[in-house]
Formats: sequence, structure tokens, C-alpha cells
Amino acid sequence: MAASLTAPMALADWTQQWLKGLPVVDGRLAAVQQRGREALAELPVPSSRQEDWRFTDLGLLAGLDGTLASSPRDAGLPPGAPGVLRLVLDGRSDPLEGVALPAGLAPLSDSELSQALGHTLAATACEHHWPVELNHAAAQQVLALRVASRSSLSLELVSTQAAGLLPLRVLLVLEEKAELELCQFASARGAGLTSLVLEAHLGRGARLNHGMVALGRNDAALLAHLAIEQEPESSATLATVAAGWGLARFEPRIRQVDGSASTTLRGLQVVDHRQVADTHSHISFSGPEGELDQLHKAVAAGQGRSVFNGAVRVPREAQRTNAAQLSRTLLLSDRARIDTKPELEIVADDVKCAHGATVSCLQTDELFYLQSRGIAADQASALLKRAFCEEVLRDLPGAARQWCRFEHLLASA
Amino acid sequence: MIRPDAPVLLEIKDLHARVEDKAILKGVNLTVRAGEIHAVMGRNGSGKSTLSKVLAGHPAYTVTAGAVSYRGQDLLALDPELRARIGVFLGFQYPVEIPGVSNLEFLRVATNARRAEQGGEELDTFAFEDLVRERLNVVQMDPAFLDRSVNEGFSGGEKKRNEILQMALLEPLVAILDETDSGLDIDALRIVAGGVNQLANADNATVLITHYQRLLDAITPDYVHVMAAGRILRTGGKELALELEERGYDWVDQELAAQAPVPLEVA
Repeated sequence: MAASLTAPMALADWTQQWLKGLPVVDGRLAAVQQRGREALAELPVPSSRQEDWRFTDLGLLAGLDGTLASSPRDAGLPPGAPGVLRLVLDGRSDPLEGVALPAGLAPLSDSELSQALGHTLAATACEHHWPVELNHAAAQQVLALRVASRSSLSLELVSTQAAGLLPLRVLLVLEEKAELELCQFASARGAGLTSLVLEAHLGRGARLNHGMVALGRNDAALLAHLAIEQEPESSATLATVAAGWGLARFEPRIRQVDGSASTTLRGLQVVDHRQVADTHSHISFSGPEGELDQLHKAVAAGQGRSVFNGAVRVPREAQRTNAAQLSRTLLLSDRARIDTKPELEIVADDVKCAHGATVSCLQTDELFYLQSRGIAADQASALLKRAFCEEVLRDLPGAARQWCRFEHLLASA
Repeated sequence: MIRPDAPVLLEIKDLHARVEDKAILKGVNLTVRAGEIHAVMGRNGSGKSTLSKVLAGHPAYTVTAGAVSYRGQDLLALDPELRARIGVFLGFQYPVEIPGVSNLEFLRVATNARRAEQGGEELDTFAFEDLVRERLNVVQMDPAFLDRSVNEGFSGGEKKRNEILQMALLEPLVAILDETDSGLDIDALRIVAGGVNQLANADNATVLITHYQRLLDAITPDYVHVMAAGRILRTGGKELALELEERGYDWVDQELAAQAPVPLEVA
């Protein structure tokens, strides 16, 4: 395992070099940039010595050009849903420039922004995570939007990462009983890193339905923190599909601030070649009667590596929590690797917390059954792989469902 | 219906097969002509189910000797999917549940694979829905089962009906039904047997693998074969099944011992 020993050194050097090359702090994120740069100069880079990074080597980053990417605005973006506002995030320009926002959707003012930005990161205890500080250090723009009470809106966010670094920062405030369907598409067109930090605060009775499709390439990395704070009676659904990234790390961080909210998490990660995909989810219930329904799936082919760690925190005040977590992996190669772990910390005594994990190959009996009905072996295995993924794909909202053709996910698996 | 001049559909000659290192079939001979219904009976472990799986091409079984020809073609040389496409059908004893694959889509892909082999046109979604709704009547199946995943959460009876529905869509020339009666209550048995009777005609043939006479009360066989120790020990008409029902299988042991003494293995 020479790689994991040398990588932290190389990555530490890369980070320091990278920090030196960043443009001077500027704009309305100047304070955040300053803070991030100072933090990164001090923070040890993630390495296998840290439990949270035990299986996930960030070595890929050390080979990347760290300059800010100039995103192509056009580059092969998927069609949107008719009538739905699409915002292009290129990391440099203001995504709202020249855009007429629909009624019920408004940008946050500077004073609102300074109050709200980072609040949910702190509430979900990830504001000092290395990938978050990296985003702090580099992000030039923030898309900060408020969805007005009782409004119901749909929005698409699309980004294409060229060679280099694409930092994306999003902040959403959903007022009481506001509803937002948010479809997000992230793709990579060059060797680089997409760094995403998304925060959302859901007021009482608000509903967020977030679907993200992230399609990468072997020389590209994605580091994503999705931090959500939920007031009672709110509902958050996060469905994330990632395939093709040399390295992808997702950290959904959810806090039900006073319980009585509902959280649905759906994840699908597909690895092939020597790709690594890692989901570290963290859900904390800070009040009674919260609900969680989590399904994480992975398909591992080639020499791919899939990591899942599902933390659920149920403290004493979170009585009558009802949480279910399931991790399922389909192993398509004997050289692929799976590391999956539930991490439940339950103090309250009157709760339901189910968890489970399965790892399996394509089943001979299922294949034979399909073949015995005239379906060719390769078609039968494609049907079974698609069936495995379908359970997550079907929960993608709106246009995201169409962005994610199963054929693309498993083109080479 | 026995017609000596009917074309031979399936001819099994001295078939030997094993699973892992265990020899199970030890010289099966069977000739099936168009229009015939055969019943293969025998105790657990006699090789009945193995015979059906070997004919369908299950990868866990290895043929060590013998030959099977289907309408003059070497069946054993073909992949399982090709056997199905040219008209050999296995009704499973335990139909497999496949979560996430829609039953309707599965039936359509399978039907189209068989049609393509026969030079027919591929059915689009709408044309197929018309066909499948008509064929549902064969087994009195609720259309709601089309929208579910293949066999997922189906009761034993529903799974067996789904098997016969597949048979009704694929229109095989040789249908081998492995313990289709197992796990069925009286009503389900009547429906499933009724489906098999509706589908039997002068051009196709059915091989029923069963333990019990009760299936043969509903589907009248032309021939009854008794399997033991991997071979067909005796063949008769439908009265042989009644005799088995009455006498049990003990006589089989005696006959086996008398016919071909198997040397006892010394441990």
C-alpha cells in the first residue's frame, strides 16, 4: 500500500502549492475565502490514518491542475424539463445574471447571506471538514436563494467541470411550507475537481426534493457536501446518482433540529476501472419522532472500490425516532472492493432503528431463469443490473430521471 | 394423443449427467412425439428435476454421456436461451423472483425473442399488451400481476400461473413442467391444469414431472414413466400412475435390485 503512504505527503504539497496559486480574496465571499485558506494551511490532509478516510485515497487530487477551471457553458448538457428554470453554475460568473426569477424565488441579500451562509454546515458539524474548507478557500460565487412560504417551485442546476477546479457553493432557504424540486446535473469534461458545498435550511412544513446526477471520468474527482437542516414537519428527499468518477465522495449531512421531520435518502454509486466512490452520510435527530428512510446502493466492477458509511445519531431527546437504513452492493468483479458500515449511535430507548447491508453477485438462478425464456445471457445480465439500479433511479425527480440513462452508468461495467 | 406416425419432437438417448461430482442421470431414454402428454414420476432424488434442468441447459449440470435431439437438432449443443427460442420450455418448480424487473417487460422481451426466431415481427408495447391480456385468460390471472416485478411476492399459486402464462405466450413445442402441482391448493391446481390442457394440441407435447396422481386426474397422460436411480425404470399408460398411487414406490427398490444390481459402496 505504498500509495496511501505517499499520497498524504504529495497531497499536502499540492494543497500548499494550490493555496499559493489562488487569486486574491475578493467579492462577497472574501471573508469565507480568507477563513478557508487559513484553515487549509493548518489542517492535515485526509489520509487513511483518519477513520473517515480510511478507505478513500485522495491521491488523485495531487496530480490535478488546481487552477480555477473555465467551464464551457455549452458542453453537452442534457435537456431540461419544459418550463423549469435552469441555472448554469460555472464557478466564476453570477448564475443569476440576466435571469428573471419566478415569483416565490428571490436571491438572498448580502446581510441575509452573511447571517445564513455556513449556518447549516455548523449545525451539521462539517464546517471544518477538509473538502468544505477547500470549497471555502476557492469558491468565487454563491448561489443563494430563498423560496417564499407556500410557494412551490422547480429548479435545475447544471455544471460542467473542465480541466482544473470547479468550486460550487449553493445556499437555499425554504420558508415555512415552501416546496422546491431541485434537479442537479454535474459532469466532468476534463481532468479536474468539482467541489460542491450545498446548504439548505427547511422551515416548518417545507419540502425539498433534490435529485443529483453526477457523471464523471477517470481523471476527475467530485467532493460534495450536502448539508440540510430540517424544522419539524419538513420533508427532505435526496437522491444521488454518481458514476464514472476517478474519485467521488458524497457527504449528505442531515440534522432534524427538533425531530418530527422526514428524511429520505437514496444513493447509487457505480465504480469501474480503478474508480473510487465513497458516501459518508450523517443523520442526527435532535428531537422526537423523526423519520429516516435510507437506501444506498453500489455497483462495483473492474477494480473499482465502493465505500459506504452510514452514521445515524439518536440522542436521548429523540424518542420515537423511526429510522431504516439499507446498504446493498452488487459486485461484478472479483477485483472490485466494497467497504460498507452502518454506524448507529442510539441513546433514546423508545426507537425503531433498522439497518442492513448486503453484498452479492449476479445470481446464477436469476440469470438462468431469464435465459430459459429466450433472453440472451448478456441481455439477461443487463436486465438484472438495471433492475438493481432502478430502485434508486426511479426516485430521481423531474428531468433528472432522464439525465441518467442506465446505459451510461454501466457502459463499461 | 398417441399417433405412431406423429413427428418425433424430443429424443433422449442414454443420457448421463452429474452435478458437481455426483452422477444423477445414469442412462435416460425417452422419445416424445407431437401430440403426446408424458408424465415422469418417481421419488425425490430419482433424477426427475435434474432431467428437466439438463434439458433446459442449467449451467450447474454437466452431461457426461448420451444425446438429446430436438426435432433432429442437437439440443445439448445449444445455449439455454436458444433452446427456449426454438420451442423448448421449462416450467420451474421454484420460479425465481427477480425484484426490479417488470413482469410485463420480461414477458415481452421473452415473447419477442421467441417470435424473432420464428421469423415473426417484434411486438411493440401496445400490441404485446393486447396479446398478454388475451393470454391471461388461460390461467385466469389478474392483470395487476403484470405491473409487479417478476414473481416478487407472488404466492406459490400465482408463481405457477405465471409460469403457465409464459408458456401460453411462448407457445413451445415441448413443455417440461417440473412439479407444477407442488404448492398448489385444489382451486389453483384446477386452474393451472386447465391452462396446460388448453395449450396442449396435436403439434406440441408436454412432459409433466410430478410426485402425485392428483395432477394426472386433471391432465390425462398418454404415457407414465417411473424414474429411479437416474433412469426410467418402467413405462406404461395412465394406469401405471394409479398403480403407484396404490402401491407406493417400494416395489421400485425390488425391481431395481432385480434388474441391475448396483454394487454397494464400501465406506
